[in-house]
Amino acid sequence: MTVPATTKTAEAGTRTPPRPAPARSRGLPWAGMARLAGRRALAAVPVLAAVTLGAFALAAASPFDPVRQYAGSAGLRASQDTLDQLRENLALDGPFTEQWWRWLTSALGGDLGWSVSLRQPVDQVIGERMGWSVLLCAIAFVLAVAIGTLLGVAAARRRGGWLDRCVTGAAYVLQAAPPFWLGLLAVWFFALHLGVLPAGGLTDFGEEEVTAGSLARHLVLPVGVLAVSQLPWFALYARQGVADALHEDPVRGARARGLRERTVLFGHALRSGLLPVLTLIGTRVPELITGALLVETVFSWPGVASATVRAATDSDFPLLAAVTVLATLAVLAGNLLADLLYALADPRVDLEEM
Amino acid sequence: MTVRVVRAAVAAVTAGALLAGTAACSAPSEGGGGTGADDSLVVGVAQEPETLNPLLGYGKDGNSKIFDGLLRHDADMELEPALAAELPEVADGGRTYTYTLRKGVTFSDGTPFDAEDVVFTYQTILDERTNNPSKGELDALADVTAKDDHTVVFELKYPYAAFAERTVLPIASKEALEGKDVNTAPYNTDPVGTGPYVLADWSKGEKLVFEANPDYWGGAPEVRKLTMAIIKDDDIRATRLRSGDLDAAILPPALADTFGKDAEDTGKRVIRAKTADFRAVTLPTANPVTGDRAVRRALDIAVDREALVDSVLNGAGRAAYGPVPTDSPWFAKGTERRHDPERAKEILDEAGWKPGGDGVRRKDGRRAAFTLWYPSGDRLRQEHALAYAADAKRIGVDVTVESGTWEVIEPRMKKDAVLSGGGSPADPDFDLYPLLHSSLALDGFNNMAAYDNPAVDRALEEGRRAGDRDARAEAYATVQRELAENPGYTFLTHIDHVYVMDDAWKDVTTQVEPHDHGFGTGPWWNVEDWRPAK
Repeated sequence: MTVPATTKTAEAGTRTPPRPAPARSRGLPWAGMARLAGRRALAAVPVLAAVTLGAFALAAASPFDPVRQYAGSAGLRASQDTLDQLRENLALDGPFTEQWWRWLTSALGGDLGWSVSLRQPVDQVIGERMGWSVLLCAIAFVLAVAIGTLLGVAAARRRGGWLDRCVTGAAYVLQAAPPFWLGLLAVWFFALHLGVLPAGGLTDFGEEEVTAGSLARHLVLPVGVLAVSQLPWFALYARQGVADALHEDPVRGARARGLRERTVLFGHALRSGLLPVLTLIGTRVPELITGALLVETVFSWPGVASATVRAATDSDFPLLAAVTVLATLAVLAGNLLADLLYALADPRVDLEEM
Repeated sequence: MTVRVVRAAVAAVTAGALLAGTAACSAPSEGGGGTGADDSLVVGVAQEPETLNPLLGYGKDGNSKIFDGLLRHDADMELEPALAAELPEVADGGRTYTYTLRKGVTFSDGTPFDAEDVVFTYQTILDERTNNPSKGELDALADVTAKDDHTVVFELKYPYAAFAERTVLPIASKEALEGKDVNTAPYNTDPVGTGPYVLADWSKGEKLVFEANPDYWGGAPEVRKLTMAIIKDDDIRATRLRSGDLDAAILPPALADTFGKDAEDTGKRVIRAKTADFRAVTLPTANPVTGDRAVRRALDIAVDREALVDSVLNGAGRAAYGPVPTDSPWFAKGTERRHDPERAKEILDEAGWKPGGDGVRRKDGRRAAFTLWYPSGDRLRQEHALAYAADAKRIGVDVTVESGTWEVIEPRMKKDAVLSGGGSPADPDFDLYPLLHSSLALDGFNNMAAYDNPAVDRALEEGRRAGDRDARAEAYATVQRELAENPGYTFLTHIDHVYVMDDAWKDVTTQVEPHDHGFGTGPWWNVEDWRPAK
């Protein structure tokens, strides 16, 4: 922000960073990474089984009656016989463990079942919606990581400065604000008050095809809200990590050697200061999914997360189980990614010990 | 490594900024979907159909856009032939209905329509494996057979005068569905019908797009593209209507009035549809307070219906004295009850409900108190319930208002009152029988008050059996008079459904609307017949 204009040319000659330890140059530890991924994949099997069983148990304990949800308003006029017949047809009788076992065996055979709430095969629900959710989450997450880290580093450079105070203050406020509240606020301000951005959906109602321009316009609010709700964590972690690193021995040493402040910051302080941020990338995945759940609902975004809400309120066992598996996989993958990045960034970490 | 990470981050930020930039640039230049074009219409509705399969309940009350029934209702709710060539011949004392079918009609996939499709549709709905929650509406039907390619005969279990009203039910294509599981067939989202429109696109939770069927037997519609936009939030729907995203929408009366004020400038008009959509308080027979006829009669005249219409409905509705609206030809004149809290107090005094110390009446040590439930989140019913409780309090009856989901309410409705709703305008039997006949007491959500009145039971059965209209009218007049004498429900209001739309079409009408409003209700019930107003 306040970097003098001259540094650009001055920096040109010294673009190569300080040489890392010689061991690093032999390339990535592919074998170690693969072994770690394999171990994690094996550990995921019992986790997934337990999580899906838990999902079935929770859905069975929920006060919502799937038959009533299926019948909708017609159910308020149906006779008891009709409702009983529906319950039998929808195979909703029997304890949840039995339903879970039925689901598990058919899912292992490749049949994810039929979603009662959306009246589609579950694989079709996920196929249609996955792309939109991934698009939303990926853009929001990259924005949150990038902007959050940049703000955090900028704040850490001058602790107590006006930028630091603004960033820290805003981060704490945003961290406390729930995403659905931010979403409604954004809808009110940008869509209702200013009228510059659409309040929800993928496209305008008149359009049949999803065009890039219209999609981008419809993406702004949900992506913005999701990114803003995730960003404070990265800003705060980066600020703390880099600020601490600026007081460590390597930085002091680098400064003593008379290195340029910019080199000290990017070459020495960031290297160790951003390690907590890498961990955070993995651990924020569950929060990202929760955030997406709320954001997709507020903005009628046709993604997996909004189907999850429907599945939960309708006690739609097969869909609920499938989305739970997806969410669990995303969390496990996030943790794995964080560990791998950590091992790559920090030579002291041994992949075999993770 | 660090450099690579930083570079990647910079690239990502740049990409993000670019994306945000393009988005911001393109924002003002693009208009909305509702361009007011002559041949397209974008309608904002609150609810989305679960399925488009008539075998599972879609469009059972007619006007389904993609399908036709054997019959249909005109603007005055009179039956007229659709896929049938003429109105049915009724024989065997009202137990046999014979329909002659229209010739030369084809489904949107090109296959011809004939008697087999009709038989298939009705038989599949009655099949117990078919998950149609509305199948009880065809309870009277024993068998349906094709006499020849263009004649279908319905045999009923008992004489049923209202049966023809049920045959507005959409006819599905046998060829497209035979041999498939109707509960899960792709037909549910990709329907094949004979109707004026075909489904072009369904983005769940967002919108449905219909295109005119150029080969429609009734002539291709002039509204060539019909979009139903699903917007649950009333305020957002109103805003998108104002901004031009929508051409028309259903709105609560208060919001619709904001369009009415400057109708000249906006080119919008507000349309109020009369309905059979009632709100009523069930007074359970099993509860010693609400089961007492004196309490029922006192509450019935203690409630100020006109004040409810003015304050809760913004004037968009009428006082209700039973399920039959006061302006229906079936309404029994003279059964209106005047708001008279003083008389209500007298009735309670005479019956031995004496004022207690806390302002609540007592009889034999029992307080005149009961609980009234409304489904949580339903603001209209909440306001009805609170107003009702306030009126009851003035005559010394203590009503505790509570809210819960239907799952919470159901086990309690034998003893507790419920703010219920309903209304089917097509025939008085459709509301009166399930609400009042003792055989349906607490069967599902039918007859929630467990109303039990032998005179009413007899009249309801007579109304079903009687062939001619005058005899039926007399039977239903008896029901309404009995209900006034022993009001097992306190009927409060019939609420208008309010719509706002561009004033670009001529001869726009509404039918008398039912409680459930889907695509078949609203001014666009007959959008296929609309012509542009030049």
